[in-house]
Amino acid sequence: MTGTDVPLQPRRKGLTRRQKRSLSRGVQYVVFVAAVIAFAVAADWDRLANQFAQEDIARQMFPDVITLALKNTVLYTLSGFAVGLVLGMVIALMRLSSVGPYRWLAGVYIEIFRGLPALLIFIFIGVAVPLAFPGTEIPGGTYGKVALALGLVAAAYMAETIRAGIQAVPKGQMEAARSLGFSPARAMISIIIPQAFRIILPPLTNELVLLFKDSSLVLFLGVTLEERELSKFGRDLASQTANSTPILVAGLCYLLVTIPLGFVVRRMETKAQEAVK
Amino acid sequence: MTEKTQAAGSRPEIEVRGLHKSFGDNEVLRGIDLEIGQGEVVCVIGPSGSGKSTLLRCVNLLEEPTKGQVFVGGTELTDPDVDIDAVRRRIGMVFQQFNLFPHLTVTENLSLPQRRVLRRDKATAAKVAAENLERVGLSEKATAYPASLSGGQQQRVAIARALAMGPEVMLFDEPTSALDPELVGDVLAVMRMLANEGMTMMVVTHEMTFAREVADRVVFMDGGVIVEDGTPDQVIGNPQHERTRHFLSRLLDPAMAEVEEETSDQVGKGD
Repeated sequence: MTGTDVPLQPRRKGLTRRQKRSLSRGVQYVVFVAAVIAFAVAADWDRLANQFAQEDIARQMFPDVITLALKNTVLYTLSGFAVGLVLGMVIALMRLSSVGPYRWLAGVYIEIFRGLPALLIFIFIGVAVPLAFPGTEIPGGTYGKVALALGLVAAAYMAETIRAGIQAVPKGQMEAARSLGFSPARAMISIIIPQAFRIILPPLTNELVLLFKDSSLVLFLGVTLEERELSKFGRDLASQTANSTPILVAGLCYLLVTIPLGFVVRRMETKAQEAVK
Repeated sequence: MTEKTQAAGSRPEIEVRGLHKSFGDNEVLRGIDLEIGQGEVVCVIGPSGSGKSTLLRCVNLLEEPTKGQVFVGGTELTDPDVDIDAVRRRIGMVFQQFNLFPHLTVTENLSLPQRRVLRRDKATAAKVAAENLERVGLSEKATAYPASLSGGQQQRVAIARALAMGPEVMLFDEPTSALDPELVGDVLAVMRMLANEGMTMMVVTHEMTFAREVADRVVFMDGGVIVEDGTPDQVIGNPQHERTRHFLSRLLDPAMAEVEEETSDQVGKGD
């Protein structure tokens, strides 16, 4: 008989560690299932269905909920994202600049626009800008205003993301570019920024998801029927029909876009991690 | 080697005068004077922290000298009015960490700088890229990304990238220090080829065999100054200074270093 046959530790009475672990997991499952059943039994499903799942009202929303409301939501989001990206890039570069006042200005912008609720920015764009500059029209009407408001908010967040991305590119890349004769600006554009964007693609896509939801704030600008996006469209219809089904449908339309986007982000993150290995 | 010494022109290709460099309170270079002639290969050796890499980086102004002058091909780089980007086009630089652009293929690594900096058209840049890849023996990797290459291959691509710009001078900053030992040979072979073609080269290195066989001159630095400057036979074969001897003995036979240290300590006490 060799030493390997002898258990390293004397077997104690009671459960082994593995048994304890599976017991604790089993208890968690039971509690979870019990809670779900309790809610399901307690809820008044008939009234809920009556208020949120009227098939004829839902049917009545189509095709406008897609062709008008979802389309506008996507348009607002993309235009806001575009403005935010350009502005955010400028602010990020200012933040990294060797010129003190640029850094300071960029810092102030980021602090202000990150600290204010997006709602206030929308009200400000809708009310204060026409007051301050009478007669001037923001080009593009509502679309222009939304792009500006969403862009101003997004730029503050994106500037910080872009700055982090640029700083994550190894210093040697800039040195290699400069020693090949690239000017600082050209090195930034041709070498550093393309690499930074690879790094920050997942957080930027997250920002897109946030903007997609923030586009609902458009209703504070006052929009025409043709300019309504998902939230406003759902709310209007809900008050017309005195039923909340349109809210549920609008919500599902948001998820229709945000869930795939979230999936894309996770894929990119996994791929980025694999690339590092 | 004699041919090359003759080829060295009257005007030095690289000239460093009274160079000082400090990082904060830390004075890394304390007055360097160095001339490198056309077609000359100079190896700079010395212990870590001796300032040899800083000196090399000052030669293309990746580090801004605190005091002193640097001339390359007759142009003063330390002149505040100089177009540094234009001068750098004539100076090739090879880094310890390769610094290839990871988002570009090997060919793009070679052709993008030519197109953006030298304004070469696409066809010319591609042709020059292919020629230089062939020189370093990596034509078959043209479409690969840097991450898929071994360290030695990446360094050869980095050399080709610098060569594609048609430099008059090549600077090497410990080009083999980040490589696995079995990959060092290929990189040194490429550098040897360049030396034989008459390229002016300044090489910071720990490769004593390379310095001995390829260099026209070896410069030993310690403590931010040039301690010894001469032919490889003089500096490596028959060093005049105690610091050089000490450094070389540690490098060539690390096991001997401790014995050496003790002996020199005793000698020091004796004085």
